[in-house]
Amino acid sequence: MRKFSLLDHELIPKHEIMSEDELKAILKTYNIGKEQLPKIKIEDPVIQEIGAQAGEVVRITRNSQTAGQAFYYRHVIA
Amino acid sequence: MSISEPTIDSMIESLDLPLNIKKTLKDDALKVGVTKKELEDIIERVLESYDYACVEPCEAVGVVSAQSIGEPGTQMTMRTFHYAGVAEINVTLGLPRLIEIVDARKQPSTPMMTIALEEGYATDRDMARVLAWEIEATHIEHLADITTDLANMQLIIDLHEKTLMQRSLTSEEVAERLRDSLDVVVTVSGDIRNQIVLTPNSPSYRELLQLAKNIHNITLKGIEGIKRVVIRKDGEEYTLYTEGSQLKEVLQIEGVDVTRTYTNNIGEIYDVFGIEAARNAIITEATSTLAEQGLTVDIRHIMLVADIMCSDGEVKQIGRHGISGEKASVFARAAFEVTVNHLLDAGMRGDRDELNGVTENIIVGQPIKLGTGDVHLISR
Repeated sequence: MRKFSLLDHELIPKHEIMSEDELKAILKTYNIGKEQLPKIKIEDPVIQEIGAQAGEVVRITRNSQTAGQAFYYRHVIA
Repeated sequence: MSISEPTIDSMIESLDLPLNIKKTLKDDALKVGVTKKELEDIIERVLESYDYACVEPCEAVGVVSAQSIGEPGTQMTMRTFHYAGVAEINVTLGLPRLIEIVDARKQPSTPMMTIALEEGYATDRDMARVLAWEIEATHIEHLADITTDLANMQLIIDLHEKTLMQRSLTSEEVAERLRDSLDVVVTVSGDIRNQIVLTPNSPSYRELLQLAKNIHNITLKGIEGIKRVVIRKDGEEYTLYTEGSQLKEVLQIEGVDVTRTYTNNIGEIYDVFGIEAARNAIITEATSTLAEQGLTVDIRHIMLVADIMCSDGEVKQIGRHGISGEKASVFARAAFEVTVNHLLDAGMRGDRDELNGVTENIIVGQPIKLGTGDVHLISR
């Protein structure tokens, strides 16, 4: 098996696990609960690679064609 | 007197603007050279126009997207196949391809890969060729003439030396592969060069004919499912284009640049690279399909479609088995397709409709929660 990091691929934006405090601040700005965020499956190859657990939230830094850079949040679900 | 870069930075950094706008603002301010007062004025004006350009709350963005993609869709060709510019590989384009994308088909009708090569392989045509043979599936009919010898109950394979050399195979290797995949006696002929003789275990005509048929299905070399590989020079680099797509297997091959290899099969991208890559692939594919037909659709509409398709962590189609079919409201689902079934099932289950969405409120004749309809006055 050839080993490589998925995160290097040009189609895959940066995923990072958010800390409790960051998450709280984000949920407060949008005035929503964690469950209302878009979802990402725990079997997702990128989630497997960064080792996020179900219930955590990942911050995705997308390279947006319109905004340059955009943040997106996904709730990890089992 | 113009101000210095750090001052501009400190003034722009804290603004609530997208990165692109901040960057342009900074670059232009540096280029032109502005005073503090002027920059303050500019920033104020930029903030004002940005605010003006933003979508209003309660705007029906989905409907606008649907129209913006649907209208150019009517002008697309209905013809399915088209030889696209990319190295005489046949790809589905136009309306059929767009439908394929929004339907989130597991397998597109013409899967295709673009394989970027790593340094060392990318600039050397011979190395690229070797990799291409490594990837393209080789079957027996590419290499040999097959004769069915009914008198001796044998299958005689005459391998062409030249093609063997080209694909860097030997007759022993071919025999080995055949031995592994078929349950027959395989002998490499001693007196005639490059001849392999297959003898079925039991001497029956049926088995012999079956064998003659089965032998075509064996992949001797390369990746099963990749029918053809074309090498093309893009700028300085050689890139491989394939007919058929096997992302997972191709990424395992030494010399393939993992970071830039792409397939038009969105389902495969989702399996190998995850949901965010799938979303990007949907956007790329949809935009290029539209652009190829000379239609320009604002990318934000396509981004909205891609986002909604990927919001639940898997690629869902727009339609009965996806977005529209999973709406919470019975009325909204009934208004879309198979009306009677939805109403009947809901009646039998005793479902409730909370009348939260747009469709169901139109059906019952209430103001909808869009635009001014979603504004409420609260007295304090």
